[in-house]
Amino acid sequence: MKKIYWLVSLIVVLSMVLSACGGQATQAPEKKFRVAVVMPSAINDLAFSQSMYDALVRIQKEMGGPDKFEFVYSENMFVVDDAAAAIRDYATQGYDLVIAHGSQYGSSLQEIAPDFPKTSFAWGTTADTFGQPNIFAYEAASQEGGYVNGVLAATLSTSDVIGVVGPIETGDAKLYVDGFKAGVLATKPNATVNVNYIGSFSDTALAAEAANTHIAAGADVLTGTAQMVVGAIGKAQEANALWFGTQSNQSSLAPKIVVASQVYHWEVALREIISLIKAGTLGGKSFTANLANGGEVIEFNPDYTLSADAKALADKTIQGIKDGSITITLP
Amino acid sequence: MISDLLSVTVLIGILASGIRLATPYLYAAIGETFGQKSGVLNLGVEGQMLLGSFAAFYVTFKTGNLWLGLLTAMLVGALMGLAMAYVTVNLHAQQGISGIGFYLFGLGMSELLFQSLMGSVETIQGFPKVHIPFLSDIPGIGEIFFSQNALVYGAYLLVPLAWFVLNKTTLGLKIRAVGENPDAADSLGVSVARVRYFTIILGGTLSGIAGASLSIALLNVFQQGMTSGQGFIAVALVYFGAWRPVGVLGGALLFSLVNSLQLWIQVLGIPIPSDIAVMMPYVLTILVLVATVSRVRAPSALSKPFERED
Repeated sequence: MKKIYWLVSLIVVLSMVLSACGGQATQAPEKKFRVAVVMPSAINDLAFSQSMYDALVRIQKEMGGPDKFEFVYSENMFVVDDAAAAIRDYATQGYDLVIAHGSQYGSSLQEIAPDFPKTSFAWGTTADTFGQPNIFAYEAASQEGGYVNGVLAATLSTSDVIGVVGPIETGDAKLYVDGFKAGVLATKPNATVNVNYIGSFSDTALAAEAANTHIAAGADVLTGTAQMVVGAIGKAQEANALWFGTQSNQSSLAPKIVVASQVYHWEVALREIISLIKAGTLGGKSFTANLANGGEVIEFNPDYTLSADAKALADKTIQGIKDGSITITLP
Repeated sequence: MISDLLSVTVLIGILASGIRLATPYLYAAIGETFGQKSGVLNLGVEGQMLLGSFAAFYVTFKTGNLWLGLLTAMLVGALMGLAMAYVTVNLHAQQGISGIGFYLFGLGMSELLFQSLMGSVETIQGFPKVHIPFLSDIPGIGEIFFSQNALVYGAYLLVPLAWFVLNKTTLGLKIRAVGENPDAADSLGVSVARVRYFTIILGGTLSGIAGASLSIALLNVFQQGMTSGQGFIAVALVYFGAWRPVGVLGGALLFSLVNSLQLWIQVLGIPIPSDIAVMMPYVLTILVLVATVSRVRAPSALSKPFERED
C-alpha cells in the first residue's frame, strides 16, 4: 500500500510543479531592479493578468532590458493561500517590489508586509494601502473606458439592444459595467442594456451561453469583462454581433467584430512606484489609472472600419472625460 | 416581467442553451457511470476533460481536421484512463485520492502544454451546426433539437446506447456484477480487473470527448482551466442520476436548464440579485438530491479495491 501513496503523492507534487512553473527565476547581479508578481489567472488571459504582464514587459523595455529590470511571476494563483506563500517567498528572496495583482490577496498582504519592512509591496485593484508604509495600492477607473465603449456601442447598435457579460458583481468589473451602461443611456436613452453576471471568472461555457442569450434577446452589440469572456466573443462572432473589450486588447480573438478595447496600462502607475522606491519611499500611496493619466487607453481595432463620425464621437467623449466636461454618474 | 419568461423566444432560448450546456456533462457523467457501476470512483474526470480539451483544440488548430482533433482527445482520455486503471486495479490505490492526483496532473499538464505549444488564446472553426433535414424546419422544436453540432447529437445518442449496454448485454451484466459483488463475479470466471480496465478506459475516453465538445464544438477556443469544475459536477450527476444513464440525462438537463433560465432571468431584468440567480442550479440540484437520496443505493463495491482471496 505504501508504494501507492508514494506514487500518488508523486503525481500530485509533479502536477503542482507543472502548474506553477510558469515563471522563470534568474539570479540577479546588483543594481538591477527586481520585481515579482503574483496573479490570479494566466499571463495570456487577454484580460486582467495579461494587462499586468504586458505592462511589465513595456517597463522592462523602457528601463533597458532584463539586465536593468528583471521580473518574475507566478500565474494562475487562484488559491489565495498559495498566493500568500508565493508573496512571502518573493519577499524573502529580496525582490525590490512584490506585486499582489488581485484584490483577493489583500488580507494576506496585510499580514505579510510588516514582516518585510525593507521590501515594497503593491496590490490592486484597490485604493487601500492599509496605512502601511511599505504598501502601494493601484486601481483602474474602469468606468471611464466603459463609458466610452458604451457611447460607441449605442451609436453602432441598430436593434438598440446591447448585452453585457460580467463575472461577479464587484470590483472593476462592476465599475466597467456601470460605466458602460451610463455611456449607452447617455447616447440613446431608450436603448436596452441587458446585464448578465455569470458568477464566475473561469466558466467559459456559461459565458458563451450568456452571449447566446443576449443575442437571442435581440442584442447586436456585446461587451464583457474578465478572462472567461473569450467564450462569449466567439458567440458574438458567430452571430456577427459587435464586441467591445476591456482590460486587455481583445482584437486578435475576433478581428472582424471587435470595435475597440479599453486597455489598462499599469506601467503608468508602476513607473511612479518604481521611482518612489528608488528615492526611498516604499509605500503609502495609491494610484488610479484613468484616461487622463494614460493608465487607461482606448485601443481601436485597425481591422474594424469605424465610420469617421463614430470615431470623432469617441474621441470627443475621451477628451470630455479627460478634461472633466463629462462626468459619469454611477448608480 | 415574469410573464416575459413564457414568450416563445425565451422558451426556445432556454431550451436550446440548456441542451448545449448539458452536452459535456452527459459525456463525462455517462463515462463515470460505467466506472462507478463496476465499482470504481474516478475523481480525475476534470483533469481528463482538460487534457482532452487541449488535445482536441491543439490538433485541430494545427491540422484543421476536427475529427483528428476529436480522435486525439479520445486517445488522451483513454491513456489517462489506462493510467488510472493501473493505479486503482493493479496497485489497489485509494480511488478518491488517486483521482484527485489525476485531476491535478491533467490541470497542470494542460496548462504546461498550452503555455509551451500555444502561448496565447486562439480561436478555430469548430464543428458546424448540422441541420437535420425536415425536422430542423419544425418551428421552435427544430431550432432546439435539430440545429445543433454533431457532438451535441452524439451526447444524447449516448444515453440510450449506454442504457442498452448496461442493462441488455452480457458486458453490462458483467460490469454490474463486478460493481455489486466482485467476489461472486470472480468466482464465476468474470475477470474483475479486465472489466474495470474496460470501464475506466471507456470513462476516460468519454471525458476526453467531453473536453473536446467544449474546445472544438461549443466554444471553439481553449483557455487554461476552462472546464471550470464541470468534471466534478459530472461525478455528482452520477449520484444524482442514481447510476442510471436516463437519470444522469435528467440531472444534466435539470442543472443546465436552470442555468440557462437564470441567464434569461437576468437578461429580462427580473429583480433577483445575480448572486442568487447563479446559485439556482446548485440549490435545486441539492434539493432534488436530498429528496431522492433514500430511494437509491450505490453499487456495493463502489470505491473498494478488489483483492482476490486465495
